[in-house]
Amino acid sequence: MPGEVWVYAECRSGRLMDVSIELIGGGRRIADKIKAQLASIILTDNVGYLANDLISYGVDKVYTVEHPLLKLYQSDLYTDIICKAVLQYSPEILLIGATSIGMDLAPRVAARLKTGLSAHVVGLDVDEYGVLKQIVPGFGGGVMAVVTCPKAKPQMATVRPGVLAKPEKTIRRGEIISIKAEISEEMIKARTLEIIEEKPLGKPLEEAEIVVGVGLGGCKPDTFNLIKELAETLGAAIGGTRPAVDEGYIKEDQMIGQSGKTVRPKIHIALGASGAMQYMVGVMDSKTIIAVNKDPNAPIFKMCDVGIVGDLNDVLPRLIEEIKKLRKN
Amino acid sequence: MVKIIVCIKQVPDPKEFSKITIDPLRKTIVREGIQSIINPLDKHALEEALRIREKHGGRVVVLSMGPPQAIEACREALAFGADEAFLLCDRLLAGSDTLATAYALSKAVRRLKPYSLILCGNETVDGSTGQVPPQLAEFLEIPHVTRVRRIEIGEDEAVVESMLEYGYRVVKVKLPAVLSVVKEINTPRILSVFGIIEASSKKINQWCVSDIDASIDMVGLEGSPTRVTDVFTPEVKRRCEVFSGPVEEAVGKAMRRLHEIGVF
Repeated sequence: MPGEVWVYAECRSGRLMDVSIELIGGGRRIADKIKAQLASIILTDNVGYLANDLISYGVDKVYTVEHPLLKLYQSDLYTDIICKAVLQYSPEILLIGATSIGMDLAPRVAARLKTGLSAHVVGLDVDEYGVLKQIVPGFGGGVMAVVTCPKAKPQMATVRPGVLAKPEKTIRRGEIISIKAEISEEMIKARTLEIIEEKPLGKPLEEAEIVVGVGLGGCKPDTFNLIKELAETLGAAIGGTRPAVDEGYIKEDQMIGQSGKTVRPKIHIALGASGAMQYMVGVMDSKTIIAVNKDPNAPIFKMCDVGIVGDLNDVLPRLIEEIKKLRKN
Repeated sequence: MVKIIVCIKQVPDPKEFSKITIDPLRKTIVREGIQSIINPLDKHALEEALRIREKHGGRVVVLSMGPPQAIEACREALAFGADEAFLLCDRLLAGSDTLATAYALSKAVRRLKPYSLILCGNETVDGSTGQVPPQLAEFLEIPHVTRVRRIEIGEDEAVVESMLEYGYRVVKVKLPAVLSVVKEINTPRILSVFGIIEASSKKINQWCVSDIDASIDMVGLEGSPTRVTDVFTPEVKRRCEVFSGPVEEAVGKAMRRLHEIGVF
């Protein structure tokens, strides 16, 4: 039997991160293909029902490490525990969510294990020999590369949130294995004292069925008000490009694209975004892309389903009116 | 502070990323004629180092790894105010992935001992992996913190804020450490004429693999566990039905089409 496929179950304030659950869906597919078992490893101060949750999302095994010092993410401790567990159980593949904490942890783990790691993976597959093919964006997403790690083990990747679909919970059985790890205060050289959480504004981008994306062309007070009105009319979440963040119209956590989030809504409406690949990689999986831009030569018109050439200040009021009419009928 | 090491990388200017093409036969990335710059976040790292030096003293030493032309990036860093620059430049380093790069940098850093702090940009605009700083720390057996937006230097430790998706972490880290910074940390200064003049008299040291005592089988392609097996340009298959003309007409037509294809 080949080595297991592992998914690192990241948990914050006692909750599993969505990307970890998404990875169970993707990991399941890979494990089935190479006929391996799918396992999760979770580090926390209190496992509680989380291990059973992981099983119901699709893993066969859960390795748990429980200790009061693991309440908050501690890079030294987490690295040490995960590396020792990997050396003990020799998984074939280790997948980690590309969250801020995942991106702090995974490189250090890979370096200690002297194995390869691909970052911000946007596509994953495995061939018949069990070689993981990882699609990673480069140069702002204008270029994609297929990366493999043919010799070193485990094959490691950090996967962007939103890339894989979240599996449904089902009733299934699994094994829970408690790992006794050596844990002490002295091992911590970079100590997380506290985590200050700030609530996201409005509906999270990743969960919205309609996402309105603001580009530089939408960054004027009056125009932005129209964009907000359109979003309200549609019940849509607002995201946008890096320039829109730099202009201060949207926040960092609303940024879509290479260095931001990946969204896969039913409808994406790009307003005043030119269509730079840095942005497009984050919306590529939307079912329908609608674009409004005043430049008829904007690259976005070659990457959308339906486009309207026009000034946002003229187009948006008409669009809002038409949608309201449609909603009434 | 004894010494602050700032790791910088010369990268193609993201404004010109659209000019990057792929050689379909050799499967390589063609970036000829594209302007090179210091990776934007590395400038924030350098700025932070200069500010720490102003407050706590010490020397700011820049370390880069790259082809011979990366000397321009080193020169620019000196013009910003760094005291000394080291460029790790050797054909043997070509093809290094993040692990091999971090290893090579760690060997160079060991030659620069003693140091109090290593600052890096959180990620580069070309690869955007953000992996090198934590991996460098691992090779040096010192702690690291990524996505740092605030640094408070203490006796033999620093208290830093590390950005999360929603909120931040407060981390107390023992020094020396590797801290990789985000753009929120500061606004880099503007290059001054005096800086440029002064830089011309400062030294840029070039090192090859044998100078840093690195094992040849741990650098370059040989030392890289990952392989790039294919490169391609993402293909976008969409309807691309674009409506223009008078606004009312264009919006009307677009809405009808959206209705027909079952969107609205």
